[in-house]
Amino acid sequence: MSTAAVSVPSTRAQAKRSSLRRSRRWALVASYVFLILFAIFFLIPPYYMVVTAFKTDAEVAHMATNPWIIANGFTLDQFKILLTQTDFLIYFKNTAIVTVCVVCITMVVSVLAAFALGRMKFWGSGILATGIFLTYLVPDTLLFIPLFQIVKAVGLLNSYWGMILVYPTLTVPFCTWIMIGYFQSIPKELDEAALIDGAGHMQMLTKIFIPVALPGIIAATIFAFTVSWAAFVYPMAFLYSSDQQVLTVGTVTSLIRADVYKWGMLMAGALLAAAPPLIIYAFLMDYYIAGLTAGATKG
Amino acid sequence: MAEVTLRQVVKRYGDVEAVRSIDLDIPNNEFVVLVGPSGCGKSTTLRMIAGLEEITAGDISIGGEVVNDLPPKDRDIAMVFQNYALYPHMTSFENMAFGLKLRKFPKAEIKQRVEHAARILDISELLDRRPKALSGGQRQRVAMGRAIVRNPKVFLFDEPLSNLDAKLRVQMRTEIKRVHQKVKTTTVYVTHDQVEAMTLADRVVVMNNGIIEQIGPPQELYHKPRTRFVAGFIGSPAMNFLPCTVESNGDALRVRLSDKIALPVPVSRAAQYRSAVGKEMTFGLRPEHVTEPKSGNGASGGDSDFAAVLDVVEPMGMETMVYFTINGTEVCARVDPNAAGEAGATMRLHANMDHMHLIDPATGLVL
Repeated sequence: MSTAAVSVPSTRAQAKRSSLRRSRRWALVASYVFLILFAIFFLIPPYYMVVTAFKTDAEVAHMATNPWIIANGFTLDQFKILLTQTDFLIYFKNTAIVTVCVVCITMVVSVLAAFALGRMKFWGSGILATGIFLTYLVPDTLLFIPLFQIVKAVGLLNSYWGMILVYPTLTVPFCTWIMIGYFQSIPKELDEAALIDGAGHMQMLTKIFIPVALPGIIAATIFAFTVSWAAFVYPMAFLYSSDQQVLTVGTVTSLIRADVYKWGMLMAGALLAAAPPLIIYAFLMDYYIAGLTAGATKG
Repeated sequence: MAEVTLRQVVKRYGDVEAVRSIDLDIPNNEFVVLVGPSGCGKSTTLRMIAGLEEITAGDISIGGEVVNDLPPKDRDIAMVFQNYALYPHMTSFENMAFGLKLRKFPKAEIKQRVEHAARILDISELLDRRPKALSGGQRQRVAMGRAIVRNPKVFLFDEPLSNLDAKLRVQMRTEIKRVHQKVKTTTVYVTHDQVEAMTLADRVVVMNNGIIEQIGPPQELYHKPRTRFVAGFIGSPAMNFLPCTVESNGDALRVRLSDKIALPVPVSRAAQYRSAVGKEMTFGLRPEHVTEPKSGNGASGGDSDFAAVLDVVEPMGMETMVYFTINGTEVCARVDPNAAGEAGATMRLHANMDHMHLIDPATGLVL
């Protein structure tokens, strides 16, 4: 009798465990299926870009060949022509200058603003923080019209220095928001300890908060870099000569002539243009995720 | 090292008065513990001394100088926080040296001071580790080291042991006492744990609802509480409180707890309690003063024994707690493990009336 009493619950427990294991297996299978589908869906365009960049113009134009493989031999011609016979290097240089400046300006402004709004509680700081985030919600497709007047008024129309002025309207609000969340997640005892140790507010920021919030700062930097590197609407609206143009607009306008698409060079240009963000992401991905998560949960 | 003085210090948050005009004198080298329940104003008081909270009214002096308007860094104090507040990106050495670096001490002196503090706290081998690589107890030692290296006038501790497990807490408590005996700096320590307060303090300050209920050495607070709050707060398990009436029995007095139980008041206290005759009062007696009857236990009269039906029996090893009720009020007694009966059994108990307290329920004051 006692054996039966023990074995019934033990059989039930085994059945429950087995059911849990089966359920977990199905969840894993479903996860893998969807993840693989998503990965394929998102990797097809970059794959197509890479394959096309290493084909000859003749192969690209030949409709009978398989577009997914390099059938007639690997070539670097598209890159050679792109780098020697077009203004691609000028666009690249302009983009790099604009991006570095925008990232620097954004980080200085947003770290200082976030420290003030997130840690130095003052009257209206909460409303100001929300207000800053709201400005991020205004799309650049609406902002470029009034900004056109401003850029023109300061004499920076058709100058990439104008981009350094206008890109922060896209980057500062979101970066400030990320940093506010990050700074607020740092325990308040840390600044109190620093105050007692003899630190002023600036020392507290530079010696304690910036090092502690480094993942958040890196996340914000990557965001500012990506936005600045990939901006399209502002340069499209404000830049029109080739020597001032940036990668996104310059590549498209110089390599698409009416209905003639130089696909090989376009893909080679896109590949080169995608390289810097890819490299940065690859090295700083962990920080980026940590930074975004902290901002999202504690902000 | 310096004395700390609080004169009619008030702290208000809007309409809420967190600290209500308190006065406190802490002499040089003394270890004072502020103790009380959550929200009693003890941490606010400590933070006002530190300069982390502005005071609404009154004066705070450190070393004879009024520091009301001085920022924390100019008060020459060091503070140890509940959650350690170590800088996570710095090693233990850098954490301890940070305050000295900001004050532009020469490198050699910083090194010498940090190493000296590390030796006191036995953390010399941890100096190159970051807080993440330290256990809770080690982190707390580094936090204490950060305070010691500054050689400040006053140490402030804000519930520094609350995050530690019970065993480590006892260990660190001894460590803090040892460090104070070595460095002899005036110390203000905040805790809600009355055991911590009793074991560490030269004097304990019991706070409740923003006021100081009583200041005194631990033994004085334990044996001569001035209010019902102090009597109930200090001691574990807490003092038993029972409604009673004081009756006159010729020259003697007795405390009536129920129809069947009337305990004799010691002759030496009769005059003191005479004014309470006929009044509804509160009788207070600690669990350790309700024991099994035995000869030579200090009882003043043989009428102090009574029978009780035990509701709960809690064996603790070297002693056993027994719970019973008198007129519906629960009473705890601390008895010999061999003498304790089972739950539901009737047990003879003895009240050691030499340690009784009589409290006026209207004022909460101990007579």
